Amino acid sequence: MKYTEEHEWLLEEGKLIVVGITEHAAEQLGDVVFIELPEVGTEVSKDDEIVVIESVKAASDILAPLDGEIVEVNEALADNPGLVNEDAQGDAWFFKMKPSDLGPMSDYMDEAAYKDFIA
Amino acid sequence: MTDLLKTPLHALHVELGAKLVEFAGYEMPVQYPAGIMAEHQHTREAAGLFDVSHMGQVLLGGAPMAGLAEAFEAMVPMDVAGLAEGRQRYGLFLNDAGGILDDLMFANRGDHLFVVVNAACKRADIARMKSALEPGVTVTEVTDRALLALQGPGAATALGHLNGAVRDMGFMDVATVSLDGVDCWVSRSGYTGEDGFEISVPARHAEPLARLLLADETVKPIGLGARDSLRLEAGLCLYGHDIDETTLPAEAGLGWAIQKARRRGGAREGGFPGAAEVLEQLASGPARKRVGLRPDGRAPMREGVDLFAEESGGVPVGRITSGGFGPTVGGPVAMGYVPAELSAAGTTLHGELRGKRLPVTVTSLPFVAARFKR
Repeated sequence: MKYTEEHEWLLEEGKLIVVGITEHAAEQLGDVVFIELPEVGTEVSKDDEIVVIESVKAASDILAPLDGEIVEVNEALADNPGLVNEDAQGDAWFFKMKPSDLGPMSDYMDEAAYKDFIA
Repeated sequence: MTDLLKTPLHALHVELGAKLVEFAGYEMPVQYPAGIMAEHQHTREAAGLFDVSHMGQVLLGGAPMAGLAEAFEAMVPMDVAGLAEGRQRYGLFLNDAGGILDDLMFANRGDHLFVVVNAACKRADIARMKSALEPGVTVTEVTDRALLALQGPGAATALGHLNGAVRDMGFMDVATVSLDGVDCWVSRSGYTGEDGFEISVPARHAEPLARLLLADETVKPIGLGARDSLRLEAGLCLYGHDIDETTLPAEAGLGWAIQKARRRGGAREGGFPGAAEVLEQLASGPARKRVGLRPDGRAPMREGVDLFAEESGGVPVGRITSGGFGPTVGGPVAMGYVPAELSAAGTTLHGELRGKRLPVTVTSLPFVAARFKR
């Protein structure tokens, strides 16, 4: 598992990566009440704002961690955005993408580095 | 946040694990570990305890009540003379154009008026009162008392365990009530749409009283986050957002707060700042109105979202002044100003969110029916 400074987690699954937000981020956001996911098939560039998360407090964005194509989104989140607060690093994944190049994955933090980052 | 003011309950907030934020110069709890959603629901279902000690508490005295009422009526468009002892009323300070400078509560306490104003406005309000009322009336800020609010359907039972007399108080009644052996100024009122009480307690007794109330398993601490979602669902204005110097009482939907005696043809018509503008708008109807708004989708629309009559093109016809997720409603809710001709419940407008126009339905307020003690 890799982590971004925007508090996303990235899990390699074959040629795909699964993207969600960390438990730390979910805790900071508070109760999540709305999530807008990208359309499957969307071509995205690194740092594009592709997910909107609204909590009871505020709106925030999730950025594309890599260049690539969105191949699957977690439809369960549309009906139950609160899942992010219950299982941020499990069932509440946001989307799966097919990166054009997996190379930049190595630029992201590992778990130990992320723990230091949020400490 | 070392230069921020602290309320007498600050240490208790820290102990309870509150997330603290700056609010009107004070370090205040925005939420406790339970979170805004759970705190909101708990207040609607049982009882929530709020620290609102940052608000301004002011005593107007030094003259017989008739004189105090006459002097205060020159500042506010409310019927003060007709307010019975032991009763409280909602009030407004206005500028010379009728714009709202602050909203407040005032109570007839027999030998004085007790006034509670918003934290962010209190310096200006006190200066304004001193300038308008002294020397005939003394204006004294109460700095040695905390202010707590206990809100929710379980509030009367919980507070009644400390003094059964509170159960007999009616909505907007005010009395001195002994709680835990300490004289508190208690009013049956609040800012959540629920039954409940606001309790002015001597600062050094605030923490013991709060602990005593929290020892009741039906009472939980509630932060400013849930206070905001509760008042939004109740359709209550937040000063600086839904009302400010650019809004007059009638367009803000606060005409009900101006009693007959101060209106055209009333026994003491006018005689307050902005009276001509305020009474004219009240008589002929405002060009725009504050309304409830329900976004049709799930996305919350917050303060600042522009409202359009059309799905595309055109210029904004209004703007959202408060909005977010309503936990009791189970969806997004908002308030804002729209032209009178577009203010009928059921009217479809469009809010522009992240470049997209999404349908919004004009709705009567409140979103959640008030459950005040009758």
